[in-house]
Amino acid sequence: MTDSKYFTTTKKGEIFELKAELNSDKKEKKKEAVKKVIASMTVGKDVSALFPDVVNCMQTDNLELKKLVYLYLMNYAKSQPDMAIMAVNTFVKDCEDPNPLIRALAVRTMGCIRVDKITEYLCEPLRKCLKDEDPYVRKTAAVCVAKLHDINAQLVEDQGFLDTLKDLISDSNPMVVANAVAALSEIAESHPSSNLLDLNPQSINKLLTALNECTEWGQIFILDCLANYTPKDDREAQSICERVTPRLSHANSAVVLSAVKVLMKFMEMLSKDLDYYGTLLKKLAPPLVTLLSAEPELQYVALRNINLIVQKRPEILKHEMKVFFVKYNDPIYVKLEKLDIMIRLASQANIAQVLAELKEYATEVDVDFVRKAVRAIGRCAIKVEQSAERCVSTLLDLIQTKVNYVVQEAIVVIKDIFRKYPNKYESVIATLCENLDSLDEPEARAAMIWIVGEYAERIDNADELLESFLEGFHDESTQVQLQLLTAIVKLFLKKPTETQELVQQVLSLATQDSDNPDLRDRGYIYWRLLSTDPVAAKEVVLAEKPLISEETDLIEPTLLDELICYIGTLASVYHKPPSAFVEGGRGVVHKSLPPRTASSESTESPETAPAGAPPGEQPDVIPAQGDLLGDLLNLDLGPPVSGPPLTTSSVQMGAVDLLGGGLDSLIGDNNFGAPPAAAVPARVGAPIGSGLSDLFDLTSGVGTLSGSYVAPKAVWLPAMKAKGLEISGTFTRQVGSISMDLQLTNKALQVMTDFAIQFNRNSFGLAPAAPLQVHAPLSPNQTVEISLPLNTVGSVMKMEPLNNLQVAVKNNIDVFYFSTLYPLHVLFVEDGKMDRQMFLATWKDIPNENEAQFQIRDCPLNAETASSKLQSSNIFTIAKRNVEGQDMLYQSLKLTNGIWVLAELRIQPGNPSFTLSLKCRAPEVSQHVYQAYETILKN
Amino acid sequence: MIHSLFLINSSGDIFLEKHWKSVVSRSVCDYFFEAQERATEAENVPPVIPTPHHYLLSVYRHKIFFVAVIQTEVPPLFVIEFLHRVVDTFQDYFGVCSEPVIKDNVVVVYEVLEEMLDNGFPLATESNILKELIKPPTILRTVVNTITGSTNVGDQLPTGQLSVVPWRRTGVKYTNNEAYFDVIEEIDAIIDKSGSTVAAEIQGVIDACVKLTGMPDLTLSFMNPRLLDDVSFHPCVRFKRWESERILSFIPPDGNFRLLSYHVSAQNLVAIPVYVKHNISFRDSSSLGRFEITVGPKQTMGKTIEGVIVTSQMPRGVLNMSLTPSQGAHTFDPVTKMLSWDVGKINPQKLPSLKGTMSLQAGTSKPDENPTINLQFKIQQLAISGLKVNRLDMYGEKYKPFKGIKYMTKAGKFQVRT
Repeated sequence: MTDSKYFTTTKKGEIFELKAELNSDKKEKKKEAVKKVIASMTVGKDVSALFPDVVNCMQTDNLELKKLVYLYLMNYAKSQPDMAIMAVNTFVKDCEDPNPLIRALAVRTMGCIRVDKITEYLCEPLRKCLKDEDPYVRKTAAVCVAKLHDINAQLVEDQGFLDTLKDLISDSNPMVVANAVAALSEIAESHPSSNLLDLNPQSINKLLTALNECTEWGQIFILDCLANYTPKDDREAQSICERVTPRLSHANSAVVLSAVKVLMKFMEMLSKDLDYYGTLLKKLAPPLVTLLSAEPELQYVALRNINLIVQKRPEILKHEMKVFFVKYNDPIYVKLEKLDIMIRLASQANIAQVLAELKEYATEVDVDFVRKAVRAIGRCAIKVEQSAERCVSTLLDLIQTKVNYVVQEAIVVIKDIFRKYPNKYESVIATLCENLDSLDEPEARAAMIWIVGEYAERIDNADELLESFLEGFHDESTQVQLQLLTAIVKLFLKKPTETQELVQQVLSLATQDSDNPDLRDRGYIYWRLLSTDPVAAKEVVLAEKPLISEETDLIEPTLLDELICYIGTLASVYHKPPSAFVEGGRGVVHKSLPPRTASSESTESPETAPAGAPPGEQPDVIPAQGDLLGDLLNLDLGPPVSGPPLTTSSVQMGAVDLLGGGLDSLIGDNNFGAPPAAAVPARVGAPIGSGLSDLFDLTSGVGTLSGSYVAPKAVWLPAMKAKGLEISGTFTRQVGSISMDLQLTNKALQVMTDFAIQFNRNSFGLAPAAPLQVHAPLSPNQTVEISLPLNTVGSVMKMEPLNNLQVAVKNNIDVFYFSTLYPLHVLFVEDGKMDRQMFLATWKDIPNENEAQFQIRDCPLNAETASSKLQSSNIFTIAKRNVEGQDMLYQSLKLTNGIWVLAELRIQPGNPSFTLSLKCRAPEVSQHVYQAYETILKN
Repeated sequence: MIHSLFLINSSGDIFLEKHWKSVVSRSVCDYFFEAQERATEAENVPPVIPTPHHYLLSVYRHKIFFVAVIQTEVPPLFVIEFLHRVVDTFQDYFGVCSEPVIKDNVVVVYEVLEEMLDNGFPLATESNILKELIKPPTILRTVVNTITGSTNVGDQLPTGQLSVVPWRRTGVKYTNNEAYFDVIEEIDAIIDKSGSTVAAEIQGVIDACVKLTGMPDLTLSFMNPRLLDDVSFHPCVRFKRWESERILSFIPPDGNFRLLSYHVSAQNLVAIPVYVKHNISFRDSSSLGRFEITVGPKQTMGKTIEGVIVTSQMPRGVLNMSLTPSQGAHTFDPVTKMLSWDVGKINPQKLPSLKGTMSLQAGTSKPDENPTINLQFKIQQLAISGLKVNRLDMYGEKYKPFKGIKYMTKAGKFQVRT
């Protein structure tokens, strides 16, 4: 006699029959009928019509029947809210039952009835159950609060259930604690702002105690909750870690991974010199390896997380390469993940093993996997230089197999290897060319065309090869078309005599017959370049390419740090922050790794930077190549200055507006050059008490024609970085006008002419007010002093740091780029004196969090002299008070863009340290104003 | 937390659904079916599938997909572990876990699922607690229930639910007190073409069957506990004691349970008990290929290797195979291209071999991939890692139990590349 009989009644009138049975007098028949109803419900049949009849069966002593009816109620109460009220009385009664199992069952079922009308009746029984003497009832009631919150959040808050729930965290029973934590976590997820889980060392201690005694699921909740806590110092972090590590040996992999999350996060706070740090690292490896012997689904999630862990702390698993070797009957999703981690762990020490494995995989059946394995070989070559040769020969072996998709993948990766190691493996080109005909995927075709174009001078029949691709030009994908266009132009520049016809053909195909704007634009640019200045074209098209990076798919560090906080969650599986995919407008709180803070007793913390340390004075050097290009293209360069170099086709510059710079100017000028590979360090505002500033001091002493403090000139662009042109300079402010004082020195052997200057957009809109006037050509070893007037009407873009200025200078030789920091006080305007009343009102009006306080040390001035010194730089003293022997100066200043800064300078006679408090609506300028203060006061 | 559960058979029918919160329409499974279609084999269906409003996490066991639906950020391992627990519980209750059995016991299944989760939070997942709440069906009980009208739902609060030892109920009584421990080790290995080991590791478990009266407190010690540096324990094991003394001290659950699982990694030397000699060649021009494999013992510590089964997935180009084994029986399925050879015991004096020819598809080039040989075997009375139990002591009870320890080594994922 089995339950399958309940499924067999599918004939018509079934509902009617069941109805009769439910109303039967015989208990046995009733129960059978309810079972049938449940069975129908389970397979998705609609039996809601039987609601009143089933509810009638609820008043029974038979526990099984009661449970079955409860099951039914939960499913259908929503569709029959009026009927469901009939059940309320029974619930209230059951909550008083002497049997705790019935009390718990009632409170559990109550919460599952998602009907607004009913919830109000349930508050009283729930309140009672939350304080029940039996922990089983309490723990069930804790979950019920979460259920109720899901239905009616306001009600739960009004009734004070959240506070009761918080109290349960201190319950004597660990299971109750665990459920309370779970319920609070779930509620907190829908209310990210509320401080429901406000953890303090005491509650943490309670959680850690409960952790040892509750069920495995409870441990997961508690560990996940612990992970949100930020210990106050490294001691606390270490003691929590010590109590969490035993969880790494738990049989439940979810417990293990949650424990790993806590440890990975808190480890961030531990000093690397600590013995415990090393111990912890060692302890982390075995549990991670063990996860890989679990069921494949668990393996998959574990592998996605290991992928993050390996990127964050590669040392943990560096000796465990072999466990990631692929078994042929692993599911494909596990295989692909293992492969990814293998490449991350590949190093010189294990590369031989890895390569042998990868070669093995490349002969497997599954196409996706084989492709990825071939790609992996290429990535190994790029990552481990010593292995490049072996990788290339492995790839050649694979090409010999002539398996179509293997050949295509191999060619794509060989292209990257050529990029990484130019002029090293070109001997293999012949082999590659043999397979030209079998390539049918755009990526492989594009790669092959790139290779042919790049090495056109070494391939005898390059023109024939490219011509053969040209025949079906319009059927190719855009990727291939663009590549083909560039390759043929490259070929033409290398072998102009034989290929004139070919290049004309491709240019006309690209510009006249194509609908694709990218292709047309690129075609036009090449065409005009070639027709006006082939030399420039050569420099542009055949320019040196930026290096290919080693790890192309590393997760960006800030995202990685965030994801480490989400180990074991869906976010870690998708490698995306929860904000990227969590449903609805719930404000997701961004988690971040805790900063390393040492306890006050700890002596070993050399890395801790003092809080609020001023950022280094070193101006920003124009950084990496990629950023550079982006920045330069933002430069609003006028006609006399040459435009940014065009990139070669190998760099796909999707968003670059090549035409925006003014094609005419591009073509009219012949000064093309690659951007400088390294940027130019520049220094400004170095505190040197040189004679120059003394001179200025003299002039400022004369009277009202005062100008603000001027820093001595510093070298902005050293000669060796700029083909012999050395530029040093400083910024001045004289009677309301800002200027840039430049000193140009020609250290080259040829005469320099045709100077021009441009600024990139910057925070305060600084721009040259007049062109750079160098009257006579600058002959070798000659120096010229120029004062370039500036205005602040240029376009504005916030820079980092705020006072960063990127400059381009051109002469007949080349264009040079450098960046410098300007002192903020050149922007302090003359009418920066605020009315007293106004000052008072504004000071109160600006919120306190905008106030910044600084110390100015070693400044042996009194209030009078300081005030007058500052005044000459347009910092105006509005009032002066003497409080308890200290002089308080209240000052104001205004920036060119109308931002007011209010200051309170506290000077204690005899003490060379001043205290400066700044208030401003734009608090980001405070730091720079402070620096200006310091510079002015000390010179 | 876990919202709903769908059980789907391999032909894509949803035959059971359970919702712990509001009802999620079964149309959400359409996304699963899409993924199922894309994956060539059932094993390859990805375990995490995103849909616009939900996430589907699935496990595939006993030819059934257990698909859990979640709506918020829930640790996926938590869900997957739970799903495996559900399958284990079904197996525990009904002996096997299959579609007909689940349908036969649908009411019990439903009741069990209801007890396992409350609002998506795990409630009772320990089998001894569940069994007290809902008695597993037995033929006898079914008969008794029909006669007396009693039910298989317990009406007492399960005692283990709240005690500090939730895995054990009080008042256990046996006439014969016995405790058996099985040390079972599985070797996972990849052997390359030339016979050298690419990777090898041992996954070991100690499964126990403890039938002891009252509240016994056991300690188990090893001759060489040093081997166990990577272990996962049953919650009953006192971790502190293990850390300090390398002794397993625990109050055991009643009945069958897994005390410990361990992992001996590739860095320690793993002895490989068998070798496979193979000579498989697909000739380019002719449509016949040669096939020959021999299996022999290697490091067996003098024990016999038995239960040897050799399987291999042959390339698609192989039409049929004509082979003669020196012992045992073999089959080749021309549709799935699966070769299977049940060898049985290995006699070191007369090594078993399988020889013959393969007929290949005419006119096509030789297959690109080489078949991998999969090996299964068993060695009784041997733990290949060398792990040995020293002694088992019992405290807390007066009687003298009967104790037994058994060792066994098996092949796990043991693969030989050709």
